[in-house]
Amino acid sequence: MVNQARKSELLFSGSDWDFAKLSRVYDEIEAIGVEELHLDIYPVQMEVISSEQMLDAYSSVGMPLMYRHWSFGKHFLYNELLYRKGARGLAYELVINSNPCIVYLMEENTMALQALVTAHAALGHNHFFKNNHLFRQWTDAGGILSYLDFAKGYIARCEERHGLQAVEAVLDAAHALMEQGVFRYHRPPKLSSEQQREGLRERLEYEERSYNDLWRTLPTAQDKNKPEAGDESLAERKKSLNLPEENLLYFLEKNSLVLEPWQREIIRIVRVIAQYFYPQRQTQVMNEGCATFVHYTLMNMLFDRGRISEGAMLEILRNHSNVVFQPAYDDPRYSGINPYALGLGMMQDIQRISTEPTAEDRDWFPDIAGRVDWRDTLLDAWANHRDESFIRQYLSPALIRKWRLFVLADGADEPHYEVASIHNERGYSKIRSALARSYDVGASRPDIQVVDVDLLGDRHLRLQHKVKDGIQLEDESRDATLRHIRSLWGYDVSLAAMDAETGAVLSERSTKEL
Amino acid sequence: MPIFIDRRLNPKDKSLSNRQRFLKRAREELKRSIRDHVRTGRIAEVDREHAVPMPRKGTSEPTFSDARDSGQRQHILPGNKSFSPGDLIPKPGGGGTGSSAPGTKQSEDDFRFVLSREEVLDLFFEDLELPDLVKLNLKQILSFKPRRAGFTASGAPTNVNVGRTMRNSHGRRIALRRPKQAELDAISTQIAELEAKPPTEATRERIAALREEVDRLERRRRRIAYVDPVDIRFNRFDPQPVPNASAVMFCLMDVSGSMGEREKDLAKRFFVLLHLFLTRRYERTDIVFIRHTHEAKEVDEHTFFYHTESGGTVVSTALEEMHRIIEQRYPVAEWNIYAAQASDGDNFATDSERCIELLDRKLMRLCQYFAYVEIIDERESHIFGSTENGTSLWRAYNAVDGKWPNFQMRRIAAPADIYPVFRELFARQPSLRKSA
Repeated sequence: MVNQARKSELLFSGSDWDFAKLSRVYDEIEAIGVEELHLDIYPVQMEVISSEQMLDAYSSVGMPLMYRHWSFGKHFLYNELLYRKGARGLAYELVINSNPCIVYLMEENTMALQALVTAHAALGHNHFFKNNHLFRQWTDAGGILSYLDFAKGYIARCEERHGLQAVEAVLDAAHALMEQGVFRYHRPPKLSSEQQREGLRERLEYEERSYNDLWRTLPTAQDKNKPEAGDESLAERKKSLNLPEENLLYFLEKNSLVLEPWQREIIRIVRVIAQYFYPQRQTQVMNEGCATFVHYTLMNMLFDRGRISEGAMLEILRNHSNVVFQPAYDDPRYSGINPYALGLGMMQDIQRISTEPTAEDRDWFPDIAGRVDWRDTLLDAWANHRDESFIRQYLSPALIRKWRLFVLADGADEPHYEVASIHNERGYSKIRSALARSYDVGASRPDIQVVDVDLLGDRHLRLQHKVKDGIQLEDESRDATLRHIRSLWGYDVSLAAMDAETGAVLSERSTKEL
Repeated sequence: MPIFIDRRLNPKDKSLSNRQRFLKRAREELKRSIRDHVRTGRIAEVDREHAVPMPRKGTSEPTFSDARDSGQRQHILPGNKSFSPGDLIPKPGGGGTGSSAPGTKQSEDDFRFVLSREEVLDLFFEDLELPDLVKLNLKQILSFKPRRAGFTASGAPTNVNVGRTMRNSHGRRIALRRPKQAELDAISTQIAELEAKPPTEATRERIAALREEVDRLERRRRRIAYVDPVDIRFNRFDPQPVPNASAVMFCLMDVSGSMGEREKDLAKRFFVLLHLFLTRRYERTDIVFIRHTHEAKEVDEHTFFYHTESGGTVVSTALEEMHRIIEQRYPVAEWNIYAAQASDGDNFATDSERCIELLDRKLMRLCQYFAYVEIIDERESHIFGSTENGTSLWRAYNAVDGKWPNFQMRRIAAPADIYPVFRELFARQPSLRKSA
């Protein structure tokens, strides 16, 4: 072999890191990752930061630049306190879905940890960001940083011109609707380039300058004498406004009658950022699972080739097992299912099914069992699935047994939980679909849509909440959020709770009552 | 190869302005908690960082969220040990969702964060309605000036004292007898001369010996460095606080039954403000608490503010006690003496004369400044306004007020009334600082 000589040589020794070592380790890991796992990644930019800066990044939703808002200050204080008290450690790394892919490394990490983090973030997450269809279609990795830069500058300029309070009011309201500010079903328009945005701004400014109130007094052409014909006009009205609309922020941005152009732009900024993060929320298990699987596999390969010392490997394994630790439901440390553990477990399970399938696996997964090449199966899963579909497709009975998963049915009016399914023949598929459903972000968020508004009448904005499984909204926060919507819409807003199955209206809340 | 960027040296506190915005938003609530802090904490501790609970009002971020107590849900949990389908498990604690619903609300409730000294003072001052100039003066920390103070064996390279270092090096070279370059040169020329002559047995031996000598000397030179780390001396600087004196602050308070919670709270803020002023100007400030009814006693801070005692009111006892303590512990030559007295103005009529005498003859000569505040009911404030008549103590002190420029008296009914008492004290500041 050509690299016989290199084989015996350790990539690093000792726990201190320097940039030369980092670079050597990265090159080696990238070479193995591309060669052995067929990873396909964005170029990498590694940034070394201190714990303080990591906390900064936490509070600005993990982005290197962000506009200013008091809520980020609040989150910073909260994270800082948890960290100082030792209640929570900081992440070893942070990775940003951008091109080039930005990976933050903490300066406190030892060299072994930096190697682990490099494999995890710079290879694993990076590959996932570049190849998963959700990220490819819904986010613009190349444009996000320049967009954030624009957003930060734009909001700062607005604050200068219109005052801090006015801007804060819009941002508060828009933040309250962030969850309802994404397109779930159709693809959002692509981020416009710097140039287009500049052009748009110039146009807006021109319109503001040349606005003449006289135009408003001109009589409109023959529209007036059309007969108002009940249902038909309602249908037409809805059609003209593209109703029903699931993206409340988008609707308000485009149709609100009281917003100034700069306020619309701010709403748009919040909406674009919410949309940018939407794929990440849908692929938590897969994303972390992919990264964890990649680092675990690559580190073991390096160790097998003698490039990592036993001491370093021990440290790596210790950290790895901390990350993928999954306590049982009755353990005091239990705080939900660990996405790292679930993701890694499923991907290793796919590897097992491909190479040494049992009869059961052949029944459940006829197309991948015994296919030997697990790489292609995984690459395909990483590229084409999100958490919900991934679990629905690949969660195997063997893994359900290993985790001893069970389903508890929880009716709010019942005095007890009922064990619905356990890890047995009858339960497998039920557990699988229940778990998949719980990762369906679209289904687990309240489904609230704009259904009607009469722009020529009282302009009352009607929203509809489709109540699934009888799960209502929490009163206090619902009222507060409605107040925010009213401030953006400018007229009364009402929210009707409608049962998703029967179509019966359960309750209605209007801002008139608030 | 990836691009590396070292961000560690980037400016810190990237989220500082977010923090300021957050504090601004929660201002009212924070002000209240600082007020509580002043009420319950120690006077000297106002001037510090302080942990406050997370404000709730105005800082919630509402979103549409599911109500926990409605609908049908399914929880998927790992680690089944003994359950089989159909088992019923009673819900813990009256329908709460227990382990499957990690509550984040509670942890946010007892969440406290730390306000810096500046932020605490800002909130405190805002309550007192202090003018900006004064705020700025009070917030300054004592400035330090580095002053040369001898030499030290460790320090920053920029502070190397070359003269002292070379002197040490020279001494050490002499003591260890480091061969000089001249000696080596002399031997080399000797060798050269010998080599120039026709070689004989004797010269060859001589040359060999000389070579060996050169070798020895050179080794010795290498071993004994020209400048050794032990020689190096650095200039030492001592940070020297600019104003350099001590002050003692006497807090006198009437603790008879007529001084209630509100009165004490106002008095305390009055003391805090004087203390802040003093800590800024003096390197060391002591506080002496003297409380009195019909007799006076020196007590600790906690007793001062929280223990009530019944009895009559004889103000002069407190002044006597203060005088005694000054004589005993605070010689005027070394200490700047400040006094602040708070009272509701009650006093035995005959005693007021004695107070005038004590102040006039003794105390005012010793004190830099004596401030008297009479704490009155808010309803009384417009009745008394600026009239001369009032309580017996007020009338008595009026006489002193006219005579001594460093005596101040004022009636206060609300926190905002406190500052005017000190107005002159603060106003004098700029001129004093210039002359200093």
